[in-house]
Amino acid sequence: MASAPPSPTFMKATTPMPDPLLTVHDFSVVYDVDPVVEAVKNVTLELQRGEILGLAGESGCGKTTLAYGLQRLLRAPAVITSGSVIFHDAAGVDVDINGLDSDEMRRFRWDKISMVFQGAMNALNPVTTIGAQLDDVFLVHRPDLSRRERRAACEELLDLVAVGRERIRSYPHELSGGMRQRVMIAMALALRPQLMVMDEPTTALDVLVQREILRQISQLRHEFGFSVIFITHDLPLLLEISDRIAVMRNGEIIELAPARQIWEHPQHEYTKTLLASFPRLTGERGVLVR
Amino acid sequence: MTTLEFVNVSKRYRVRGASSMLALDDVSFTLHDRETIALVGQSGSGKSTIAKILTQLETPTSGEVLLNGKPIPRHGKGLRSYRQTLRMIFQDPFASLNPYHSIRYHIERPLQLDKVVPKAGIEAEVRRLLDRVRLDPGAVIDRRPHELSGGQRQRVAIARALASRPSLLVADEPVSMLDVSIRLGVLNLLADLQREEGLGVLYITHDLATARHFSDQIMVLNHGRVVEHGTADDVILNPQHEYTRVLRSASPDPEKHFATARPQGGAA
Repeated sequence: MASAPPSPTFMKATTPMPDPLLTVHDFSVVYDVDPVVEAVKNVTLELQRGEILGLAGESGCGKTTLAYGLQRLLRAPAVITSGSVIFHDAAGVDVDINGLDSDEMRRFRWDKISMVFQGAMNALNPVTTIGAQLDDVFLVHRPDLSRRERRAACEELLDLVAVGRERIRSYPHELSGGMRQRVMIAMALALRPQLMVMDEPTTALDVLVQREILRQISQLRHEFGFSVIFITHDLPLLLEISDRIAVMRNGEIIELAPARQIWEHPQHEYTKTLLASFPRLTGERGVLVR
Repeated sequence: MTTLEFVNVSKRYRVRGASSMLALDDVSFTLHDRETIALVGQSGSGKSTIAKILTQLETPTSGEVLLNGKPIPRHGKGLRSYRQTLRMIFQDPFASLNPYHSIRYHIERPLQLDKVVPKAGIEAEVRRLLDRVRLDPGAVIDRRPHELSGGQRQRVAIARALASRPSLLVADEPVSMLDVSIRLGVLNLLADLQREEGLGVLYITHDLATARHFSDQIMVLNHGRVVEHGTADDVILNPQHEYTRVLRSASPDPEKHFATARPQGGAA
């Protein structure tokens, strides 16, 4: 658990001492097609416990491939060609993710690192209730729990993300987009993982719903102390919620710095271009010609 | 000079089970050519209902839509010529182009149907339109939609909308499906065309930042009612209505965020 004090929403985690959760060293992924695509090139980074790391960059820059690769979620033709990913478990053991066999990997996933997928709104199974889908997580990963205990855990989760336990028998189509997104977050939260990877979790939601969900993620993070890798191409949003931001381009991290520093003193030309491509809500007009 | 008026328009949808749902509640506004109005509001606020009524895909339950003072024809030649005056650009350029047809076909059709240019001039006009939206005619004219990127496809949709020489455009979230790095290019293109062709544009969005910079006026819609309508800068920088303030504070605004947030890395 992180040492973050209870605090109002949206306060950044303060990390007095480096306490890494994930150490990525020289990580590369290629898509073995003709011609070979180098999707992620020699990425090295350290994620702190309780930190929100934003991953920014345009489509095709490799941010999703990187996030998937860290959990070995890639399939052929993707090949991890170099590098190591070490997970520093809160229990005190260091886990080399690349060294796990498939059984260990299955147990590791979702338990330690969970994921909120891109377009999560449509990632739920339309023909079964959300309660049953939540229940699945426990059925697989916590086989010792009784039916009653599982049910209680699911209800608690739905309350936690403010969907409400009375919705446990609802089908996905009976919920709004925002609620479906919250169910996905509940599912990712189920096993109290130490890291949640969120791939564009609020894209396609309107601003009010988006704000509400971000507030909730931030609150849950303070409550449970998990780290977040937050992937989006919405840089203004990332600047607000992240502790640090990694800017990716052509498979490389070209700049990695605290959010404020990215905003006030971007070092790389590309970061400056990316920042300039967003019209400012209250600032000067600048980029749009009118 | 083209003037489109919404006069006290209300729209009620029948809902199975429930009695009905009021999607638009007494909405009035005027759109002239040469001006841009942004329509903002969250999902379900009635933005798309306005677009549907404008394109005559829905008819108002009460109230009137007037083009240059006259009611819009409901069918026949009159409706066709109205639709030539007002064109629409849809949100999803992947769905709004037909995957079976070439880019040439997409732009030829309105030229033929609306008889904009003589038959012999159609090919030249298609190329001119593609050039207008900054696509290389030679490179894209014989391609199919799936061979183009999202930004290129949206440019094709814009060229198609311009083919009938409309004086009004309805752009329903024209860039929200596009990647950030190309959004600005498409918006800037729309802004250029708007100015050069003297178009009246209704820009539907929930992105307040682009609404502010792209439009002359902003209209804020909540539960089918216009709660605020004013010049773009006034509405964003000095919002009068509570709902506008809520929308504004929900939009990411790094400028404000870093001005008020405590320095990072400091003690809690």
